[in-house]
Amino acid sequence: MANTRQSSSAGEIGAWDMFMYRLSRWIKSPTPYLMLVGFALFFGAWFLLSEVFKVWRFASLPGPRQVLIEWFNPNPVYGMSLYTPDFYVHIWSSMRRVLYAFLISTALGVPFGLFLGWSRVFREYTFPVFEMLRPIPVLAWVPLAIVMFKGDETPVIFLTTLASFYATALNTMLGVQSIDEAYPRAAACLGASKWQIFRHIVVPGALPFIFTGLQISVGVAWFSLVAAEMVSGEYGLGYLILASYVNVQYVVIIIGMISVGIVGYASSALVRLAGDYMMQWRVRELALGGGR
Amino acid sequence: MSAVASAAVRPPVKKPGKSLFSNPLVRAVISIAVFIGFWEIASRLNWPWVGQAPAPTKVLDAWIPLLTDQGYWYSWYQSSRRVLSGFIAAMIIGIPIGLAMATSRVFNDVTFPVFEILRPVPPLAWVPAAIIFWPTQELSIGFVIFLGAIYTIMLNVIGGARSIDMRFFQAARSMGSSNWDIFRRIVLPGVLPSIVVGMEVGIGITWNVVVAAEMISGGGGAIQSSAGGGLGFFIWNSYIGGSYPLIVVGMISIGIAGYISSAIIRRLGILVTPWLRLR
Amino acid sequence: MNARNQSATKGAIRIEHVDKVYHAREGEVQAVADCSLDIRPGEICMIVGPSGCGKTTLLNAIAGFHDITGGAIYLDGEMLCGPDRPKADPGPDRVVVFQNGALFPWKTNLENVAFGPVVQGKMGQKEAAEKARGMMADAGLAGVEHNYPGEVSSGMRRRVEIVRALMNDPKVLLLDEPFRALDSLTKSVMHEALLEIYYKNKVTIFFITHDLEEAIFLGHRVAIMTTRPCRPKKILEVDIPHPRNYSVLTSPRFRELMEETVSAVHEEAVKAFEAGEKEM
Repeated sequence: MANTRQSSSAGEIGAWDMFMYRLSRWIKSPTPYLMLVGFALFFGAWFLLSEVFKVWRFASLPGPRQVLIEWFNPNPVYGMSLYTPDFYVHIWSSMRRVLYAFLISTALGVPFGLFLGWSRVFREYTFPVFEMLRPIPVLAWVPLAIVMFKGDETPVIFLTTLASFYATALNTMLGVQSIDEAYPRAAACLGASKWQIFRHIVVPGALPFIFTGLQISVGVAWFSLVAAEMVSGEYGLGYLILASYVNVQYVVIIIGMISVGIVGYASSALVRLAGDYMMQWRVRELALGGGR
Repeated sequence: MSAVASAAVRPPVKKPGKSLFSNPLVRAVISIAVFIGFWEIASRLNWPWVGQAPAPTKVLDAWIPLLTDQGYWYSWYQSSRRVLSGFIAAMIIGIPIGLAMATSRVFNDVTFPVFEILRPVPPLAWVPAAIIFWPTQELSIGFVIFLGAIYTIMLNVIGGARSIDMRFFQAARSMGSSNWDIFRRIVLPGVLPSIVVGMEVGIGITWNVVVAAEMISGGGGAIQSSAGGGLGFFIWNSYIGGSYPLIVVGMISIGIAGYISSAIIRRLGILVTPWLRLR
Repeated sequence: MNARNQSATKGAIRIEHVDKVYHAREGEVQAVADCSLDIRPGEICMIVGPSGCGKTTLLNAIAGFHDITGGAIYLDGEMLCGPDRPKADPGPDRVVVFQNGALFPWKTNLENVAFGPVVQGKMGQKEAAEKARGMMADAGLAGVEHNYPGEVSSGMRRRVEIVRALMNDPKVLLLDEPFRALDSLTKSVMHEALLEIYYKNKVTIFFITHDLEEAIFLGHRVAIMTTRPCRPKKILEVDIPHPRNYSVLTSPRFRELMEETVSAVHEEAVKAFEAGEKEM
């Protein structure tokens, strides 16, 4: 146990070495080849069914070859590819909305969740309303949001924020409730005031759950954003997907779906990285093989 | 027990006073009443944002005649039917695949990466593609609902199966179990709690998806649909028709429907996992 | 030689007719009834009883985590809790070391040890770290200051936690089965480490355990408690002189003391076991 200290301070086994070691182990295992088999099967089946044999309904779906050709085409048939500025305008509109929603919901949801978990009185007075509103699916709010917040932009951001807010607040509350009772007690013993306990125990103790919540929050933000953009709004990937359907530009639908997937995945990865950075104690503990 | 009697002789320590307001139920009623009151006032005074929503009294006025309206209940039925069929399809396909992924290394290595690249695409982004692919609108909505539920169910099955204690397998083997015995008596009950959790989360997503799918396919101008199309259609038609209180009626109805379905799943979960009840 | 004689000024706990009734699902449970116990300043007082007998309830009352429903507890003549104030305020004069350990996992060992004086506003960040480093070195903990608790062995974590408590110059150290989760070899090392720390710091120690051997080895006195409600059944003066080390365990006097008490403890354990069966 003690030797881990030396290695981390002297840097004998750096992160890079560790990465290379894991990479070489991975390459020697059957996993990457089986993964390639999986991808080959999936894309192969898609290609053969929709482009070569044109089986049944697959004939109407654009195949992977068509999608790639259009996506990397400097002069796209339907006006949407990696080379057209419009493509980036859509991506940027969606990203900006998710970013706003994420920031607002985090700024509101984390403190709200912390107080919900920390103070019983606060919880008993506010949680019932929260619980009453939560079963209403966020996407059922779409028309009401359009009625309440005029314009194109605000309703979409409101809906996305609402979805994220539930996830963030709820997980933060669970995080506070998950803190071992001994920690606040120990802090009180050592002379910490109520506020100091909040700052030194409740906040860091809930952090793992908060970040789980933030990751879920990014996920549901994209989930609801796409729907909200489909129903209302100009620009944005959700809008692009539905508009391409209406304009019978089926290849662009697939491009839009893949783009949403990539951007959505990247944003959750970013939140995960931020979480690891802020919870060094946890990363190091897990690196040793699971804490205790 | 003599100690208990003697305790009464000594001056008892004062207890902190308990008032009516320390009852959680009373607090819940107060909080909801304040919320509804605030909403009513905001709406009457026509405040920006919150005040633009129709007042609770108007919502109630609009709701009461609907309770005897057949079309309204038919919307309930339509949405529930869609949720149920998509959800059951997701379980029938998701649970076996999840179990296969958890138990077979090779199968997992082949399928999991594909599953992982498909997962970040939100279910609703599939709506147009589903409409193109499936011959009927009903099937395409069902497919999107299926997508909404299957990821959660699969991930929970995989996680549940992997978290089963190794010693259970060893113990079963040492008592002479066959592979089939182990699967039936260890793996299946072992993943049951996770399946229940996956179902609970999944049904919530499903209600989200059904509303949006109904709104998009009915309201997005894509397919002209007749009446009786489910609660999502109900909300969307109310919006198009300008009867805003009905939007809220639809929202609350979906909330109730979603709540009831999660409650049923929770009950079922307790029923099929009696060994967890003690906790 | 006798540590108790050198500094017998502070840290006297007087437990007077304490009652504690709490409300559980099965109804009212009398956890502690008419419990009186005098703990002398500077002594190691061991509280022995079966699991769930109510001894932790007593500790929680002294520490200020729970209220009491009758009686009073005094520290050096000052009332901690009693008729007019059912719950004591937790404070750095009575620091608890918890059963499963309560080092804050998100703070390094050094930050953990320095926590007390910093939050009390007694010392600045730097000064506290300086003192913490010195105390950790004294306790043989040099080198793990900048590790997180999760990175060091469980025995080491316990030592860090005890040092964290001592940083505050407490009058009393309340130990709630602190070595329960350790294996018996680590435990024996920890016993000697604790005694060493005690000889240097001379603080009253209120030590809860269910291990009779541990109790007799460490304590000046051993209080054997009845099970539910909790109350002293027998108080044993351990007349083996301090400082002690592990050779004591094989001494004839140790054996005698064990024999004298083992049946009393066993009786309570059987009672607790049967009561537990009924509750389940």
